[in-house]
Amino acid sequence: MRHAFITAGRVLGQLRNDHRTVGLLLVVPLVLMGLMAWIFNDTPLVFDRIGPALLGVFPLVVMFIVTSVSTLRERMSGTLERLLTTPQSKGAFMAGYALAFGAVALVQAVFATTFAVYVCGLDIVGALWLLVLVAVADAVLGTALGLLASGFARTEFQAVQFMPAFILPQFLLCGLLVPRDKLPDGLTQLSDFLPLSYAVDAMNTLATTADGTSDVLIDLCILLAFSLVSLALGALTLRRRTE
Amino acid sequence: MISPAPRHLVEDAAIAVTDLRVIRGKRVVLPDLSVHVPRGQVTGLLGPSGSGKSTLIRAIVGVQRVESGTITVLGLPAGTPELRHRVSYLTQAPSVYDDLSVGATVAYFGRIAGRSKADAADAIERVGLTDHTDALCRNLSGGELSRASLAVALVSKPEVLVLDEPTVGLDPVLRRSLWSMFHDLANEGATLLVSSHVMDEASRCDRLVLLREGEVLADDTPAGLLEQTGTPDAEAAFLALIDEKDAAVKAANAAGRAGR
Repeated sequence: MRHAFITAGRVLGQLRNDHRTVGLLLVVPLVLMGLMAWIFNDTPLVFDRIGPALLGVFPLVVMFIVTSVSTLRERMSGTLERLLTTPQSKGAFMAGYALAFGAVALVQAVFATTFAVYVCGLDIVGALWLLVLVAVADAVLGTALGLLASGFARTEFQAVQFMPAFILPQFLLCGLLVPRDKLPDGLTQLSDFLPLSYAVDAMNTLATTADGTSDVLIDLCILLAFSLVSLALGALTLRRRTE
Repeated sequence: MISPAPRHLVEDAAIAVTDLRVIRGKRVVLPDLSVHVPRGQVTGLLGPSGSGKSTLIRAIVGVQRVESGTITVLGLPAGTPELRHRVSYLTQAPSVYDDLSVGATVAYFGRIAGRSKADAADAIERVGLTDHTDALCRNLSGGELSRASLAVALVSKPEVLVLDEPTVGLDPVLRRSLWSMFHDLANEGATLLVSSHVMDEASRCDRLVLLREGEVLADDTPAGLLEQTGTPDAEAAFLALIDEKDAAVKAANAAGRAGR
């Protein structure tokens, strides 16, 4: 676990030297959220349905991309091969990334939620801190999926293609476009197996009900379980010995 | 031909490779390689590009998938977790974090190995980059980058250092100072395996392993090699050994044809 914190510190140190990326991580969700609010200016009820779901989609998508690119860079630069000859375990390497991007997600979620609620006028009935917590869990899941996906990518092109392959189907089925229970038969059931659905469910619960805390906690646990499984799978697919 | 290494060297070897076979893609890079690296010395692994140096090095540090054969380092199978505390590896291409400073990069790898900030500063000083401690790696020149990468290999204070072309592209003064640092480390008890494709670095090693097309052409001291081949320098010795080998192969083929 000590190694995971050391690696998390290093990843955050790299981000600190990359101001533009930090700016993009924090500002892009605000711009998109603002755009959504503007589009549905005359139909605030629609925004109240889509807004919370978006807060669930951003962290996953952004952290997935950032993580797959970071790990691909580690692979290409040889630092990954080098790390695999040090005492650090593969699990600690994975956990380090999850910790670092989880911390970034915390800041991102606070920014995005504050902006959505106080500037765009998004109505959230439930507890705001719980919403931030869901966003962080969601980001950790994005990182975990990104680490898993990058294990299968051999080139930059492949890594970029994994975004549409891993994330877009989840995006289409998570309830953002059509509520999950209104999807055609088969797709509703399929969406039950996709982790993003639970992030969006939790956000919707927080937006519409005041006493949904226990439902949200269940969704949170499911998100965490998905994260742990993909981190474990990622550690398994990360090969110490390569051809 | 190849004189077998003296018995005491084999038994006390820091690295012992026996019958190693490695295939990458469809190419047999190392058909059947055996070699011993003695403790407390600087052993040069020399050979042209494509001779299998990096593959052998990767196998020794446990990141190369091998077909068959055994590799023991400090008496343990290569790549076992305990060895990762005791062996360090310099990749051929400099592997550092572009968006971290030299100091932060070396300190990171040091912390993973349980080393202090002072150890990081010491490693950076050994490669002569103290003035660049706060510079981002992406702003370094090629030579500085490879020295920063070398500092990363030093920071864990390993018993065995496996360095893939650490002196490539450096000016002669720097190369001399790095080689003298390698010998300092060996005098302190470390074992070093240093690869190079520059033959004139041969004279700086305690022991030489010449590699060509995945086969060991010679495994000797620099003086022993020159004496055996009757040549004035390593380059000439290398050529003499290749000629000798090609002639032997030709003779064997001719004998084979004649016998049929």
